[in-house]
Amino acid sequence: MNQTEPLRRAMAGATSTPLSFYGVQVSSRLLLGTALYPSPQVMSEAVRAARAGIVTVSLRREQARGRSGERFLDLIRALPVHLLPNTAGCRTPKEAITTAEMARELLETDWVKLEVIANDDTLQPDLFGLVEAATELVKRGFKVFPYTTEDLSAAERLVAAGCRVLMPWGSPIGTGRGLSNPLALKTMRAYFPDLPLVIDAGIGAPSHAAAAMEMGYDAVLLNTAVAKAQDPVTMAAAFANAIDAGRAAFESGLIEPSDRAQPSTPVAGTPFFDFEPPHSGGTRR
Amino acid sequence: MNAHKPDDRGAIAAADRLREVTLNGRPLSTAAETLADLVAEQGFGDVKVATAVNGDFVAARLRESAPVRNGDRIEILSVRQGG
Repeated sequence: MNQTEPLRRAMAGATSTPLSFYGVQVSSRLLLGTALYPSPQVMSEAVRAARAGIVTVSLRREQARGRSGERFLDLIRALPVHLLPNTAGCRTPKEAITTAEMARELLETDWVKLEVIANDDTLQPDLFGLVEAATELVKRGFKVFPYTTEDLSAAERLVAAGCRVLMPWGSPIGTGRGLSNPLALKTMRAYFPDLPLVIDAGIGAPSHAAAAMEMGYDAVLLNTAVAKAQDPVTMAAAFANAIDAGRAAFESGLIEPSDRAQPSTPVAGTPFFDFEPPHSGGTRR
Repeated sequence: MNAHKPDDRGAIAAADRLREVTLNGRPLSTAAETLADLVAEQGFGDVKVATAVNGDFVAARLRESAPVRNGDRIEILSVRQGG
């Protein structure tokens, strides 16, 4: 039997368009954080179960005579992933820029997930500091993945600064609330049709990730929802499946919602069509 | 006048050479003259770490020529779990 191209892809469980960040094609639309797991072993297994192509890491103070960083790096280097160091916890452009430089030297990558945090309660991005830091980092040769909001004026400035991917929050980091502002996220997707957009932060359930993908977002970055699940490895697989499903749905063209019911079974040939309706409220159509 | 025995003089001279710095948020008295010395003194001679002094990145290749001064705030970082 001849298979059409959509059928061949569907049978292979693949979607049609590959995803690239800064010219690097990635195998997965799930970016996974490496923090908060019950053990390094569970973290490794979750990354594999998620089929993640990119994982995020941070820089932290090393204890005198300590080798924690080396042990972690050995573990993470054994995984088939690209590393995306973050600037988590930085509150000023200078802190973020210095952290990015340190990460570039340690990890030999010019990719950086840029976070400049405005306040401790919301962990909301400081958009002014973010644009300032991104501008300087791009000048220094970094490939910046900015953690931002759905604000379009900040987004435009980040793109003007040289960012070739944007990562708006779904909701505040660690809250698991999903997409707090879907209308604005849809607008952002429509506003930047060709720019890779990643929902970063606030994802709590696979359905949230699927919703982001159905909206046309290119990828999802999450951590807590997997790491703090009762069974992180199985949850990682659940997210991978949801993201694949959401992407396939987006590529397939979702139907427009309708306010009125439409019969899916053909009306033509309906038996008893000429009978009187059982009550006065119903009308044949 | 013989204020100090020779051993004391040695100890005082050594103390004069110590620098008071903040390393990773904690006070430290160190005899290290350069950042490279400090990194080695703290047991990171063969460990992959990144350094910053007073908020500015100092590349590994520049640590030999980076002096340690009184009051410096020094960060020695490595890779960790992150989201």
